Amino acid sequence: MTVIADIPDAPRAARRPQTGNPVLRWLRTNLFSSIPNGVLSIVLLAILAKAVFSFVQWGIANAVWLTPANDSSACRAVRGVGACWAIIPEKYRFILFGTYPFDEQWRPALSVVLFIALFYLSTRRALWRRELVLLWIGALALISVLMWGGVLGLSFVSQDRWGGLPVTLILATFGLAFGFPLGILVALGRRSKLPAIRSLSVLYVELIRGVPLVSLLFMASVMFPLFMPSGFNIDKLLRAQIAIILFAGAYLAEIVRGGLQAVPRGQYEAADALGLSYWRKHRLIILPQAIRHVIPPLVNTFIAFFKDTSLVLIIGIFDLLTTAKTAIIDPAWQQFSVEVYIFVAAIYFVFCFAMSRYSRSLEGASGR
Amino acid sequence: MTTDTPRPPPRRRLFGAWGPRELQGLFWQVLVVGIAVAVIGFLWSNTVTNLSARRITTGFAFLGREAGMPIADSLLAYNPRDSYLWAFVVGVGNTLRVAVIGIVLATVLGTLIGISRLSANWLLSRLAAVYVETLRDIPLLLQLLFWYVLMQALPAARAAWRPVEGVFLSNRGLILPAIPIGPLQLWVLGTAVLGCALFYLVRRRLVVQQMRDGKPRPAWPFALGLILVLPAALSLVLRVPWTIEWPALRGFNFVGGLTLAPEYFALLIALVTYTSAFIAEIVRSGIQSVPRGQWDAANALGLRRSFMLRQIILPQALRVIVPPMTSQYLNLTKNSSLAVAIGYQDVVSIANTTLNQTGQAIEAIALIMAVFLTISLSISFFMNWYNARIALVER
Repeated sequence: MTVIADIPDAPRAARRPQTGNPVLRWLRTNLFSSIPNGVLSIVLLAILAKAVFSFVQWGIANAVWLTPANDSSACRAVRGVGACWAIIPEKYRFILFGTYPFDEQWRPALSVVLFIALFYLSTRRALWRRELVLLWIGALALISVLMWGGVLGLSFVSQDRWGGLPVTLILATFGLAFGFPLGILVALGRRSKLPAIRSLSVLYVELIRGVPLVSLLFMASVMFPLFMPSGFNIDKLLRAQIAIILFAGAYLAEIVRGGLQAVPRGQYEAADALGLSYWRKHRLIILPQAIRHVIPPLVNTFIAFFKDTSLVLIIGIFDLLTTAKTAIIDPAWQQFSVEVYIFVAAIYFVFCFAMSRYSRSLEGASGR
Repeated sequence: MTTDTPRPPPRRRLFGAWGPRELQGLFWQVLVVGIAVAVIGFLWSNTVTNLSARRITTGFAFLGREAGMPIADSLLAYNPRDSYLWAFVVGVGNTLRVAVIGIVLATVLGTLIGISRLSANWLLSRLAAVYVETLRDIPLLLQLLFWYVLMQALPAARAAWRPVEGVFLSNRGLILPAIPIGPLQLWVLGTAVLGCALFYLVRRRLVVQQMRDGKPRPAWPFALGLILVLPAALSLVLRVPWTIEWPALRGFNFVGGLTLAPEYFALLIALVTYTSAFIAEIVRSGIQSVPRGQWDAANALGLRRSFMLRQIILPQALRVIVPPMTSQYLNLTKNSSLAVAIGYQDVVSIANTTLNQTGQAIEAIALIMAVFLTISLSISFFMNWYNARIALVER
């Protein structure tokens, strides 16, 4: 209650006398504006200090940073009092790239760099033109060549040897690249005047959104062979990718639909008055406006998909989280899973945090 | 200007009332539906052939057979000789046990953190922001595995942590003191629930009366009487025992009390902390959406703080908060299916085991879909009802 009551007080607190040392003044307005606030600050500071102190003790002071290859005795000696960061240099190649042939791992590494460059270029407002689609097609094709090989003197690597960060990025990016057009089509279908198309779209969106991704992935891994003619089968990674695309399509459709609803009626009428056909009307007039409206929620959805790709662990596909979990099966290093999880969490965090910062900057820009 | 200019003859249409636009529409619909039917028919015929080749009979007859799978931790009584149907029901019970408690705890924690983010205390608002940013940007499954590893790293039962007397935290999970609930206790609790419903009706009447003559009528004596005194009196009359059962260490395990298994506890912590980060953002934006003028106006009227929050700020904030909150509740429920990764047997995990044991893939997935669609629709229905109740009534 006291905390909620502080909200309207904030401007009043700022109007305290502007005298004295600026540091003291800052402390007084922000930490000790009233007696309960002061008590709260002291309690929080004490808890924070204790937490930081024990983390520094465990994570830095008592930690083991390097050990001779495949020897975890030094780590086991400090177990419980210090972190074993030595597991990261020991296992990072496996965590990042899975079972990809060791000497060829520059290829997935280069793919990761390409992905990051692609994301970075896509955030540049100046590049939001039709050429961006070509850039995406080119980059994704190049990444496929790098990962598979078999041409240009690169040896062929089958996708059941792929693993780690590239797989996570592939699942998320291809999921978006195919799910987005699908989502646009379904969103248009859901707003269509034709009852059969509308009900098919509603059925698709509601069915997919109604069930957890886990069950869709199970369906892709277990039931897909049942659906296909006998003898015909496709790779597990591709099946999971299809499930993720279908999943992404349903969620993106709802966001695009929100954008379509935000386009003023006059725009539709103007396009009709010009005599544009349905597809030209949407391609040239409606969709560019609709999508511009919903870029921040689209980025947020992309963050969610990026995180959700980790669910493929449950059907045994080697994404970043699965390689991390597999790396600590090694009996010598079994007890140091917390360190590995922190390392992987940091990787996920960097990607998601960058995207959420970007989404916030967009919201700020459109809010002007 | 004569009026006898001939009108253009009515355009002849090929199919009665059907113009080219309608025909085009019909063409597209037939095309899309045709493709959909063809694809589904193709998949269906493949499935039927494949199933008959594997000698799996479709249908839900398998539900009556003996399940034979162990379920370690469940809300409802279960033993491996029970039928698949009962195993499913037990799984649904486990899902609901996580989802319902998770939703309540995540709402409370999320609201507290959302309010903290708006605090005038710089340290508190920064800490809340760090909490939200960190938890939102790390996959839930990773957090779940992390909590589960921490649970397993806890000391054994003999060396269990005892933060408070009677509470044990060990690698067997969290053990709390409990009050055994029998039929007698249920009667008393049922009376209390009935009292709540009665109080709601009484309060509505009081408000109607106050609207008529403007005299405020206190509602709290009714609340006290109906919700506390009445059940307490019943409990005294029936001599209901409310003894607390304290857990105790016997050998290598605990006896008595309420045990939250490590899987359940890890899942609950992960779901609650992860969802609370999203709820905190929703609550924050909801409170911030109330214009500052509303606070100032309420202050100018000299209203008490609690009254101002309850009657002026909260109703306006809730309008912004409730719709996104609904989707967070749905997400939490769907995310509870990640339980399968740490071996907590929720409905998805049990359906998966069933699928592996019987090969009844379609039926198992259909049951999962049915369960989750029912839960999702119930939550949306309830939240839509609540949303309509608090929605802005415009003139």
